[in-house]
Amino acid sequence: MNMINKEPERHEIEALLPWHAAGTLNRRDADRVEQALAGDHELARRYDLVREELAETIHLNETLGAPSARAMEKLFAAIDAEEARAPRRKRSFDLSARISEFLSGFAPRTLAWSAAAAAVAILLQAAVITSVLVKDNGNVDGPTLSSAMSN
Amino acid sequence: MQATPDEVLIGRIASGDRLAMQVLYARHHVRVFRFVLRLVRDEAAAEDLISEVFLDVWRQAGRFEGRSAVSTWMLAIARFKALSALRRRPDEALDEEAAGAIEDPTDDPEMTLEKKDKSASLRKCLSGLSAEHREIIDLVYYHEKSVEEVAEIVGIPENTVKTRMFYARKKLAELLKAAGIERGWP
Repeated sequence: MNMINKEPERHEIEALLPWHAAGTLNRRDADRVEQALAGDHELARRYDLVREELAETIHLNETLGAPSARAMEKLFAAIDAEEARAPRRKRSFDLSARISEFLSGFAPRTLAWSAAAAAVAILLQAAVITSVLVKDNGNVDGPTLSSAMSN
Repeated sequence: MQATPDEVLIGRIASGDRLAMQVLYARHHVRVFRFVLRLVRDEAAAEDLISEVFLDVWRQAGRFEGRSAVSTWMLAIARFKALSALRRRPDEALDEEAAGAIEDPTDDPEMTLEKKDKSASLRKCLSGLSAEHREIIDLVYYHEKSVEEVAEIVGIPENTVKTRMFYARKKLAELLKAAGIERGWP
């Protein structure tokens, strides 16, 4: 049994259990908690208590129901009244917002492949331009150098 | 195609797009309502408050800087409005709702029955926590907010978030113990 001997460290890990149960810890902290849980039966027992609390908190909130349509009607009536008083000026053309909206429509995998393809295309283009330039420089320098040697 | 992210909806709302507002409302109004309801404990008041929260979102969308998630920003607005509403209520302190929850279990036949159902007892004790403790438990467990996000919503340091969560859970254990359920912690 590889129980955590240092009490402050154990206390710190225990404080993170609610967030670990909810899945909102960063990767590093989640790994620390997982390692501690694997080697400490008492901590694992306390984690089970946390999971019970989480399940019942969700249950409790889910039984609260939802607001009636009155809330939405009231909201949009207030928005209409506000717009009638002082209409907000619409943005004529917000390029960054439109680009962001356009890109957000694609799946992350699609975006990653597109970015990789674009990077390859840029590299190829750079290679072609470089080879053309080197070739041109070679043609210009060659005769000059040889004519200098002959003189 | 994926659903339009909240941040994009906020950008459209800032431009006066009512449809984007409807989408954002449909996506978040139930959770915001439940968060507010758990604080104010009055359905009609909670409905009024969520209309005010989303009206603020409509008004302030242009000022949203995207430093936090939209849901975190909305919960912070909702919390501010709920606490302001509670302060306006006469003869009602924030933590006094908890008083009724700590009862002698031997005098409460209902609770005696509930001992058989640990889950029901746990939910009853969760409801009996103070507003401060209910709030942090709901934010962490139900609204799935990280330490940093809870700190932003509640307006307290991150270490205080962890400490408050610990004391909320400790209080819950005490309520359960008073109801005859010993969990062996803390």
